[in-house]
Amino acid sequence: MKKVKIFITLKEGVLDPQGKAVQEALQANGFPDVADTRVGKYIEMTLPDDADVALEVQRMCDKLLANPVMEEYSYTVEEGVRS
Amino acid sequence: MRFAVIVFPGSNCDRDMYHAVKDGLGEEADLVWYENANLADYDAILLPGGFSYGDYLRSGAIASVSDVLNQIKQKAEAGTPVLGVCNGFQILLETGLLPGAMLRNEKLKFMCHYETLVVERDDTIFTSGYEKGQQIQIPIAHGEGNYYCDDRTLEELKKNNQIVFTYKNNPNGSRDDIAGIVNETGNVLGMMPHPERAVEDLLGSSDGLAMFQSVLQHWREMYVTTS
Repeated sequence: MKKVKIFITLKEGVLDPQGKAVQEALQANGFPDVADTRVGKYIEMTLPDDADVALEVQRMCDKLLANPVMEEYSYTVEEGVRS
Repeated sequence: MRFAVIVFPGSNCDRDMYHAVKDGLGEEADLVWYENANLADYDAILLPGGFSYGDYLRSGAIASVSDVLNQIKQKAEAGTPVLGVCNGFQILLETGLLPGAMLRNEKLKFMCHYETLVVERDDTIFTSGYEKGQQIQIPIAHGEGNYYCDDRTLEELKKNNQIVFTYKNNPNGSRDDIAGIVNETGNVLGMMPHPERAVEDLLGSSDGLAMFQSVLQHWREMYVTTS
C-alpha cells in the first residue's frame, strides 16, 4: 500500500481569520516571534501499490478535497506501507 | 406551480422553505430527500439552509458531489429557477453553478440577526417584485458567509450584472458587500440571507415573500395562458 498525506491550505492572499486568531493567541502566550500562521486541513489515506498517485490525488483534490477558488494542496507519499 | 425542497442529511431550513411556499405563497411544495430523487416534474428547485453532512470538509462540499446535483445542473441548464439559500448557496458555489467560494466570517463568529439588504437588480425572475435600490429586512444565520472571489471573477460578476443583493452594513467581510448573486443566464440565485424566514409579519418581516411571488409571477407569464 501507499500512504498518502494531503495538506490543504488557503491560498496566499486569501484572508485566514482562523490563522490570525491562532497567531495572536500564540503571541500573547510567550511566542512573540510567530508569523505567517495559517490553519489548514490534513487528510491521510492509503492507495494500492499500483495506483497512479499523482493523477489520483490531483483528481480527488479537484473534484472534492480542495476548493481551487480559495485553497491549494500538497501531498507526500510513503511507499510500501503494510495495511 | 410545484417547488421541490431538496433535503440532505443535516439540512435544517427545509421546513421553513416548505412553509414559505406552501403557506406564504400558497403553491405546491414537496420535501424531496436527496437520494433517489426525481426532479423531472418540478417547476423550481429550492436548496435550503442548514449543515449538510455536518459541514464536513467544507460547507456544502459533500452535498455538491451527490447524484441529485447532476439533476439540478440539468434543470438549471434547461432554465428552471434554482434558489440556494445559505447552505444551499454554499452548495451552488461548490458545485460550480455559481462562481466564488465562502470563507469563515471575518470575525469568526456565527451570526444570527436581521440585516438590511439592498436590491441591486429588479429585473431577475427572483426579484421582479422589488424595486432597484429598495432596502429589505432579511435575517442571516451563518458562520461561513464571507463571500470570496478573485479580482477577475468580481469583474465578470459586475460586467454581467450578476450581483443581485448587497448588504447595507457588511456583517461578514464579503467582497464588495455581496449577499446574493445569479448565474449568467439569471435562473440560478444563491444568497446567504434567508428570505424563507421573512414571509409573514409575525416572523418580524415579510420582505422575503416578494421573492417567491416573483418566481411564481414569472412562471405564470411563461406557462399560464388566460382565455
